[in-house]
Amino acid sequence: MIVSATWLVPVLSPKLMHIPDGFLSLVATGMGWALSILALAYAVVRTNRQLGERQVPLMGVMGAFIFAAQMLNFPVAGGTSGHLIGGALAAILLGPWAGMLVMTSVVAIQALLFQDGGLIALGANILNMAVITCLVGYSTWIWLQRIIGDRAWTKMAGVFMASWVSVFVASLACALQLGISGSSPLEIALPAMGGIHALIGIAEGLITVATMAFITATRRDLAESRPRAKQGE
Amino acid sequence: MRNRAWWIASLIIALALTIVSPLASRLPDGLERVAEAQGFMHLARDSFYEIIPGYVLPGLHSQALANIVAGMIGVLIVFGLCFGVGYVLRVRRSDGETGKP
Repeated sequence: MIVSATWLVPVLSPKLMHIPDGFLSLVATGMGWALSILALAYAVVRTNRQLGERQVPLMGVMGAFIFAAQMLNFPVAGGTSGHLIGGALAAILLGPWAGMLVMTSVVAIQALLFQDGGLIALGANILNMAVITCLVGYSTWIWLQRIIGDRAWTKMAGVFMASWVSVFVASLACALQLGISGSSPLEIALPAMGGIHALIGIAEGLITVATMAFITATRRDLAESRPRAKQGE
Repeated sequence: MRNRAWWIASLIIALALTIVSPLASRLPDGLERVAEAQGFMHLARDSFYEIIPGYVLPGLHSQALANIVAGMIGVLIVFGLCFGVGYVLRVRRSDGETGKP
């Protein structure tokens, strides 16, 4: 039981940032659960107030697409692979709260059914890949739109940068949890996780822009249906 | 495109994406890479149970097929879950839309 077989042979499994059980201490695990449950409770309240009828199937489709895309690891520099997380994409399309619920569904099914990411560590994984990616991706996107405008190309530039930032910040959160847990000292974990995910984030940005372009081309109303008046969240 | 046609087409695209999943890179990912380099990979523990570990459906001879079927099962379950969460939480337009002529 020292090294599990599934970890020795990482067959096709998208573990980009999926923390397995054993990496995190009790404190980091508890913090992960507490913060993600708080965020999710609020997300349920907000979604219950805001989600339109037409966005219901979009939630299903976003979950399905993000789950499928997370299976497709691509090689990054230095013998490492990465895959889409999709938090920024979900948040830009559905708003941060419904997006967070979609991302939580994806991460939870991955842990419960596919043993990708630990069950005890699920709280931390939801915090990193659902809560943080959606909040950071969404607020970065809104902030960038205010600065560089929302013409077609500046909007896409904003989508790219918001996606990159969401992955980068999530990887730093992951490094922080590893550091708190004593699995890896912070001064090593932070640059290591941040460095690799700075690269993976570029692909995240490209895939998110491509998906947004597809949705804008086929269903402009869905790409722009999210209420703009409620930005300050 | 109408709403239903669009989301059915999008769901089919998501299902189709799983067909290329056997071609996905098998290199260690970001966290695995760091865990290996920093020597804390041995801390990883097995899960308590296994249903479809590693996105490979048990019992199929072809690894590629097992991978694709596992992916499709996951896509459909996540679709249903997200749709269901949205359906339960949606704002019901009881005031506006039920009163249609």
